[in-house]
Amino acid sequence: MTLLRVSDLTIQDRLGTALVDGVSLSVDRGEILGLVGESGSGKTLACRAMMRLLPGEGLTIRGGEIRLNGADVLTYGEKQMMAVRGREIGMIFQNPASHLNPVMTIGRQIAEGRRRHFGASRREARQHAIELLRQVGIPDPASRVDNYPHEFSGGMRQRAMIAVALACEPKLLIADEPTTALDVTVQMQVLHLLRDLRDRLGLAVILITHDLGVVAQTCDRIAVMYAGRLCETGGKREVLGAPLHPYTRGLIECQPSSDGGAGRMITIQGQPPLAQRFPAGCRFHPRCGSATAECASVQPEMRVEPGADSHAAACHHAASVVNRGMVHGH
Amino acid sequence: MTATQSVAAIGRRVLPGGNTLTVGIVILAAWVLVALLCPWIAPFDPISQDADATLLPPNPAHPFGTDNFGRDILSRVMWGTRIDLQICFIGVAFPFVLGTIVGAVSGYVGGALDTLLMRLIDIVLAFPFLVLMLAIIAILGPGISSFYIAMAMVGWVSYARLVRSQVLSLKHRDFILAARSLGYSHGRILFFHLLPNALASSIVFAMSDCVLVLLSGASVSYLGLGVQPPVAEWGVMVAEGQGFITTAWWITTFPGLAIVALAMGFSFLADGLGDKLGARP
Repeated sequence: MTLLRVSDLTIQDRLGTALVDGVSLSVDRGEILGLVGESGSGKTLACRAMMRLLPGEGLTIRGGEIRLNGADVLTYGEKQMMAVRGREIGMIFQNPASHLNPVMTIGRQIAEGRRRHFGASRREARQHAIELLRQVGIPDPASRVDNYPHEFSGGMRQRAMIAVALACEPKLLIADEPTTALDVTVQMQVLHLLRDLRDRLGLAVILITHDLGVVAQTCDRIAVMYAGRLCETGGKREVLGAPLHPYTRGLIECQPSSDGGAGRMITIQGQPPLAQRFPAGCRFHPRCGSATAECASVQPEMRVEPGADSHAAACHHAASVVNRGMVHGH
Repeated sequence: MTATQSVAAIGRRVLPGGNTLTVGIVILAAWVLVALLCPWIAPFDPISQDADATLLPPNPAHPFGTDNFGRDILSRVMWGTRIDLQICFIGVAFPFVLGTIVGAVSGYVGGALDTLLMRLIDIVLAFPFLVLMLAIIAILGPGISSFYIAMAMVGWVSYARLVRSQVLSLKHRDFILAARSLGYSHGRILFFHLLPNALASSIVFAMSDCVLVLLSGASVSYLGLGVQPPVAEWGVMVAEGQGFITTAWWITTFPGLAIVALAMGFSFLADGLGDKLGARP
């Protein structure tokens, strides 16, 4: 059942440049959606729009809908949004060290949401905080609950931040590159924790990342963004196994292989465009190997791949890309 | 606070361990003890006059001597501790609270409100500190409560500026965004999440401000606008003794030394606290 459906979301800056342009996404209960893209592709911005917490001034949401359980949160007032933030949609961030309040104990930070959104008493909220710390895998939670963030290690801080978000029992958790600042073994544990929470609580997760390895391990579905637009969406297997968009193909080829690949690492030529100089037509065409004159002038629409019910890509040559890929043995 | 800094600099030279915090706490604790215990440890009544013992120099019965009314200076210094500590506390607390609230709201809300409040601060700062204070006391009429009101009206600006600058740098920090993402109100975020992070430097400043308030209180009382005689207050005592400075130096010297000693306690505390909290006003 669809929990959150974003349709045609557009975010403009002061100059009228669409930093997020017509993005449509949906997340079901108990589903992990991977939102993939380079830095500056608008993935964080799109998710901040779901919380109505756009960073900086001059950024405005121009058009589109964000339907949470069927109701459009873009029509909500600030009071209603305060009830949505935390309670319906929780958020965890890349750098837990800076997203936890340094002068509050971990326990109080977890308990506060419980007290605000559920009216729990101090004692109840504290017991709940200890229980949550246990659930996210902090050893000896009863004594750790009174620690300050600086007394926790990096991985434990990330777990604590997840506990802070979970205290309000959100239906959807937006995880903005939650593992980027962690070392590989801790990354694994945190991803495992997210999957476990999904299984136990039916939590829906939007996992923002630029790491396809993380996506492959964790997600059910994938949405790929480039320069503010959606390139490709679909199930993990379809998108990673048979990518339709040349950009997705490029991303996959860029992954270093573990079975002794020879020669230089493959990269995508060029740089992603700056927001002020988004090219006309398909925004990826200057870097695309199979671009034609059509790509430079006509913006491709998201088209569902024939025969696949949810695998869609925004590319004029989606089909031929697949063929080319098969010829080259990918 | 040049006075504070120079005292603290001397302190660092005298105390190579740099343990100024402990020294400050010990000095202050000693004064608080004196204030609490003065009914029992003061040898004489601070306001009872003795016509047979006027202007006695320090002697075993009156270690600090007596004044022109025959009052025991030691007892008056001890009782004066109560008034002067109260002046420090209330004279700092009101500006601290007022300035912190104004500065926090100004920095957090920003925009036109911020501009307005900052211009107001500029206006207050354009007047010399003591002149503005004396003018307010003159309007309200002499007395210690007028002094507190004047102190609050003039002193808040320093705290407001300090807290505002802290809030400005903290309000874009990640943990504030995290608090927003949990659905907390702006007021809650400002006062419960942001302010505890912003207070360190203003607490340190408050300790050194105690010195300034103590000196202003003593000055205002000296000018006859603060604490009224015959109440034992150090500034009043200094004022009363000035006519006898050439013949009876002890009347002004001992309360003066008490002011210096209490001020040093606050200075050491401010300096030590600044080192400990990593905050310098």
